[in-house]
Amino acid sequence: MSDVQKDRSMVLQKQMIARHFERLEKAPETGEPVVYTFVPGNLTELIRSFGALPVLPEINALQSGMRKRSGDFINEAEKSGHSEDVCTYVKCDIGMLKSGNIGPTGTRLPKPDLLLLSYTGCYTFMKWFELLREEYDCPTVFFQVPYQGDGAIEPQHKEYMVKQLRDEVIPALEKVTGKKYDEDRLKEMLALSAQAEEDLVAVLQSAKNKPSPIDAYFGAVYYVGPIFSAFRGTPEGVEYYKELRREVEQRVAEGRGPITPDGPLDDQKYRIVVEGPPNWTHFRDFWRMFAEEGAVVVASTYTKVGGVYDFGFRHDPNDPLGTLAEYCAGCYTNINLPGRIAMIERYIRDYDADGFIINSVKSCNSFSAGQLMMVREIERRTGIPGGFIESDLVDPRYFSAANIKNRLESYFQMIDARRMGVSA
Amino acid sequence: MRCVIGIDLGSTTTKAVILDEERRVLGRGITNSRSNYDLAAAVARSEAYVTARFNLLRREVAGRVDDAMLERLRRAFKLEQTLHQLRRLRELIDEEIDRSHENGLRRPLKDAIATMFERIEREEEERFADPNPPKRSDFFRDAAGSAFNRIAEEIADPTGVTFDMLLGLYDKCIIRVENEPLELGFRDHIGAALERIGRPPEIAGAVDRVARVELEEAASVGTGYGRARLPFPKEQIRSEILCHGLGAHAMFPGTRTVLDIGGQDTKAIQVDENGIVTSFQMNDRCAAGCGRYLGYIADEMNIGLHELGPLASKCHRCVKINSTCTVFAGAELRERLSLGERREDILAGLHRAIVVRAMSLLARSGGVFNEFTFTGGVAKNEAAVRALRELVHENYGDISMNVSPDSIYTGAYGAALFAHEVAN
Repeated sequence: MSDVQKDRSMVLQKQMIARHFERLEKAPETGEPVVYTFVPGNLTELIRSFGALPVLPEINALQSGMRKRSGDFINEAEKSGHSEDVCTYVKCDIGMLKSGNIGPTGTRLPKPDLLLLSYTGCYTFMKWFELLREEYDCPTVFFQVPYQGDGAIEPQHKEYMVKQLRDEVIPALEKVTGKKYDEDRLKEMLALSAQAEEDLVAVLQSAKNKPSPIDAYFGAVYYVGPIFSAFRGTPEGVEYYKELRREVEQRVAEGRGPITPDGPLDDQKYRIVVEGPPNWTHFRDFWRMFAEEGAVVVASTYTKVGGVYDFGFRHDPNDPLGTLAEYCAGCYTNINLPGRIAMIERYIRDYDADGFIINSVKSCNSFSAGQLMMVREIERRTGIPGGFIESDLVDPRYFSAANIKNRLESYFQMIDARRMGVSA
Repeated sequence: MRCVIGIDLGSTTTKAVILDEERRVLGRGITNSRSNYDLAAAVARSEAYVTARFNLLRREVAGRVDDAMLERLRRAFKLEQTLHQLRRLRELIDEEIDRSHENGLRRPLKDAIATMFERIEREEEERFADPNPPKRSDFFRDAAGSAFNRIAEEIADPTGVTFDMLLGLYDKCIIRVENEPLELGFRDHIGAALERIGRPPEIAGAVDRVARVELEEAASVGTGYGRARLPFPKEQIRSEILCHGLGAHAMFPGTRTVLDIGGQDTKAIQVDENGIVTSFQMNDRCAAGCGRYLGYIADEMNIGLHELGPLASKCHRCVKINSTCTVFAGAELRERLSLGERREDILAGLHRAIVVRAMSLLARSGGVFNEFTFTGGVAKNEAAVRALRELVHENYGDISMNVSPDSIYTGAYGAALFAHEVAN
């Protein structure tokens, strides 16, 4: 019975995504406008309130990675002159474009009517959309999100962003969709977002239980899929998270752990916090390396790149543009290093973790700069040992299984040795 | 008597260490890992048992027999082992001649081979008689190979038995000799070794007694890259990082930082006052700066790995080498030679380049703390040790640096210490 329920949220998500990609494929015929944008600081509700459909290139890239197609796409991009060291999301996307723009679900992706660049902490995004603008010759709008350099969103930041939304983003959307901005519609959608966010947070925080009913990194990557992509502010999104929460709460009631590629992980030896994106090309192998050791991830920063909700932020229908601004500025990639450190420290304490591991991504400097410094500072503050591994986003050439396994095994054994050392 | 064993299946060499009940080192064995990890483990193990018995013998006759006689017996034993392997190699080569050469060539080839083996055997006997034999590799393959090569060059006749023919025979058969589990145990050769040194009465009885001692293996722990090949349950497998940390601590109890440069990876390890690892960093998938780099250089220069350090130590000025890339090492070496740089100066630069790379890992792991211990195969290389001493001093000041002559066994020693814990 419970297995069937577990499946339902997965089935729902699969159907939602398939329908979305079908709509995208038919967009040239139906005339639905298409807006390309990025996950961190995405303005999904605003885009959809204009009846437009979002396309998120990083999600396409990571999906290609999981489907073992990114290697060919990266090759294709390198043939057209992109260097080996450039962000592999970019090359995967460019390669996909050069290979006919067939998206991860096998359907053709439409051309963008608008490139909406919401800038949250990654300069490469700007260059990426420059490349796409060159390709598609379409309007581009740049929504500048001030970096939380001092660790806070200041009132003037918010004003500056709201002004941009009003003066630049909304007029651009009005122009390409031919529709007027409808604030009531946006408010309705934001209320739906808040509902879904509430359930997502309940799911993520369920990892405070022992055993944890979820894996808050490998498993949660699936959980955040709808809310980080096209489904925030939609009834399907609300339904999905309601269902997911029900399933997870049932597992808590039964005292069960998550399902991993090696089956259920009820016997959990290590509770780990993870920082950094996962490796997508060897996602299951990577997960398996944790599961085999009895390690469950109880919290991760990566599941906050599309919005940090677990410290209280919810989209507020009463302040539609202001809340969008706050949301964008609050995304994980827009947080400075002390903020990231404080967040991991808090996760370690709140989730009673035994350790934390950083997966440092070779081709993403904006994520990995400062990570070693973070390890030391978090170790100093918590007294808990940090582990450091290196892989990549979607370049299969950067994943050395033996090396990563070696480091992970050593890391877990180190925790064991320390436990025994302390108890002896 | 009860004993425990630790086996370190490294990428280039396999090491075994046996401890007695008081955790004292009883025996050590080492062999090249070849392409057959199972066999390498078996050979290292049997060699460790041989040295264990020699140590028991030493204890048995302590105070009654001087070390010189024991050393003579040990060398006689080694000679018997080598002669045994040479005989087997010759048998296989003769069979190979019958199988793969025409009638007319068989006789001259066999004569040439007979001459060669007579000479090699004579050289071995002379080596045994020489109280200070020249240093060379301990591995049968290396020793036999270099002698074979040298003599083949001298006796080859371009019109009949060519150098290529002779070397081809060696190449075909050496792998089989290496991959056959030869009888190399204590009891197999100690009788002949004893005869060779004239069966001194003060030792003969003790040899008999020691040969009859039952060595009961109470526990075994495996480590190293090939650890998955060992027929041990998972609890008896420990990561190299933990083993090097514990091994270094046992050798030098004041150790806080450990650097292990192995065949294909380098690890910077921090340990606490009990030898428990508190943090570590490891090279990424790229093996730059590892022992293998030196292997490539030795191949490029057509010299033995053990000759690199002494040659580099003769440098007048250290050439600055930019690339630590293993694959580029050969290119850089040839370029420097073509610019007229001296071989030993280039080699000194290459050694320094490896250590510079290791310094970065040490920095990543938190720095170098007193006392600092250098472990792994590269610690046998005097030029690498010197470069490390200089760089540690430049970067961290006055730190005492430990290098044990048995550094290559540190991982196996740590594994044996873990085995001791398992057994008790």
